[in-house]
Amino acid sequence: MATMSPPTNLWEQVKATLSRGPTGYSFLGLYAAICTWLLLTNPRTSLNTDIAFALFLLLLLLIYRSQVALGFKVVLGGLMLFVVLPIFGTLNPFYIDVATQAGIFVALALGLNVVVGFAGLLDLGYVAFFAVGAYLWGIMSTEQMTLMNPAWSPVPPIMFYPFILLGLIVGATFGVLLGLPVLRLRGDYLAIVTLGFGEVIRVLANNLDRPINITNGSQGIRGIERPPLIFADFVRNTLGLNLDDQQLYQQFFYFAVLLIVMLTVVVVSRLKHSRIGRAWEAIREDETAAIAQGIPLVRTKLLAFAVGASFAGAMGVIFASKQLFINPPTFDLIRSINILAMVILGGMGSIPGVMLGAVLVTMLDLQILPRLATVLRDLQRAGAPIPAAFDPTQYQRLFFGLLLILMMIFRPTGILPDERRKEELVEDQVVDLPLDDGEVDSGEPPPPTQAPPGSGPIA
Amino acid sequence: MALLEATNVTKTFGGLTAVNDVTLMIEKGSIASVIGPNGAGKTTFFNMLTGIYKPDKGAILFDGTSIAGMRSDRIAALGMRRTFQNIRLFNNMTVLENVLVGMHTRLHIPFWQIIASAPGVRREETKARDEARERLAYVGLDAKREELAKNLPYGDQRRLEIARALAGDPKLILLDEPTAGMNPQETDAATGLIRRLRDDLGLTVVLIEHDMRLVMSISERISVLDYGTKIAEGDAHTIRSNPRVIEAYLGKGAAGAAA
Repeated sequence: MATMSPPTNLWEQVKATLSRGPTGYSFLGLYAAICTWLLLTNPRTSLNTDIAFALFLLLLLLIYRSQVALGFKVVLGGLMLFVVLPIFGTLNPFYIDVATQAGIFVALALGLNVVVGFAGLLDLGYVAFFAVGAYLWGIMSTEQMTLMNPAWSPVPPIMFYPFILLGLIVGATFGVLLGLPVLRLRGDYLAIVTLGFGEVIRVLANNLDRPINITNGSQGIRGIERPPLIFADFVRNTLGLNLDDQQLYQQFFYFAVLLIVMLTVVVVSRLKHSRIGRAWEAIREDETAAIAQGIPLVRTKLLAFAVGASFAGAMGVIFASKQLFINPPTFDLIRSINILAMVILGGMGSIPGVMLGAVLVTMLDLQILPRLATVLRDLQRAGAPIPAAFDPTQYQRLFFGLLLILMMIFRPTGILPDERRKEELVEDQVVDLPLDDGEVDSGEPPPPTQAPPGSGPIA
Repeated sequence: MALLEATNVTKTFGGLTAVNDVTLMIEKGSIASVIGPNGAGKTTFFNMLTGIYKPDKGAILFDGTSIAGMRSDRIAALGMRRTFQNIRLFNNMTVLENVLVGMHTRLHIPFWQIIASAPGVRREETKARDEARERLAYVGLDAKREELAKNLPYGDQRRLEIARALAGDPKLILLDEPTAGMNPQETDAATGLIRRLRDDLGLTVVLIEHDMRLVMSISERISVLDYGTKIAEGDAHTIRSNPRVIEAYLGKGAAGAAA
């Protein structure tokens, strides 16, 4: 995409024109304006709004992929995510909830991507760490504390904030706990053990209601605390927005998730382009060769498990608080598989790819497939030739499955596969790089020769 | 003084004794070769030196440290690097990244600083990249640094493996059949490179090699393994005329004829 190869066909020409230069800026600006207008004038939940919302997400993708100035991208993207979407959210609670859910799964997928995409360790029980974080806040902030021990009382809701950090730490700890016994395993064996681990956590959540009631078993935990709205006065009085508590909470969780996603992206991409990221990748490529380079296998793998699990732990705390209610089926195997599907669909190892995959799968789950089912049912009622025995709502997952199959056949590397980072920072320093050989070897490399430079005098 | 001392090293797999009571001294700054027919235990011996296998018996001293049974990554960190008989590059990483991975033990920026993007991170990374490019230039691959390792031609892959090993600033480099599958021209280039490793960089080099022309021309000391046992040792001339070596390679009759 980034190469400047001459446009070959009409589509390429259009793409090239719209992604850079003055046309690029005006196209994005206009598109953003239209999207904003569409969203703000269609607050009801309907097919039209669905389409507008999808166009909005496409806009974000286009902003990311276009070749306009970085500042412009940041400002426009920030405007869309921090202003337009929240305002739209005050008009329609459904879509901001979808966006929040998508954000939660983006963070989860990014975390799983560290383990699966970077380090190449297939983990089928990833949702366990999410569960641990969710139950951590669920138990500590509710009556469960008193049920466990009458002398204990729930932590005050304001503790939500430090608990996000605690969720991070507890998640990482569980990541290491899972990592320790499975370090010797590879591939299929590892996958099965992690699957078992995920089930163990779920079954524990399901059965730890006696002898001491820790998790309240299959009943789940109700009435999970939300943090106090410390910013309510600011929003209502200073910003002059008349929002009720429900709306404020939605906004709060949206922004909390958005911030954590941004933080996750920063952390993950910094790690990826560091010695640690390279060590993970080396282990994924060839373990034996990796240890021969002095990479400590155990520590490096454990770090991947810990980093991946920590994001899930932190998100679990937020998720529990946002949902108010958690129960064991929320954290079943299908959820793990779903997150894995996000990673693979988007492009394993690729940060933007995985984010796109997470948004796409969440949208499919919550919005597109149910909408498709509704449309089909309406058609059915209107007399379209669809057999009456066919209930579209029952077939939602079938479409999802078909989509996965088609993707893997036609684009097995994912939607936005990982691109190698191009060398930028070294290029300009090449000139003053002293070379021992004294050979001509400046920025523009000489044509490769068969014999290495400097060989010969003795041979 | 010997940089590497393997004393009475033995390794058995089930009933098969792959390496039997082998003693080997490698002098600092020398080029030494280990030769022998296929299945003589040469690679098994290398694998014990680099910690992939733990020897059943015997001691291995590297630069004064006992390394028998030590973990591979620790041994690598002590300054012993190797290449593999069947090239083992990180195929989906770029040439430059392969060398950067080889530099792993020399990069020490802690996890927290990477996350915080502390100023030292950028500094260390830039320095590492510069050094990696120097290593690549040394083996003649700098121009291809952005290519994926798997897309390199065979000879370049061999050289990249050497560059990756060099990135760890080793004291000793073990080359497992560095010219296998090369044409004579490529072999000559590789020979020059191996010689330069010692002459320019002061490295100690140990080779496993089948190309006798290369072995004889380059090695100061040659050790011959056959069925896991060291049957001869000495300089090229001694080895060439040793009847047991000829027997091992060509059979008993040939040894008699040569004598």
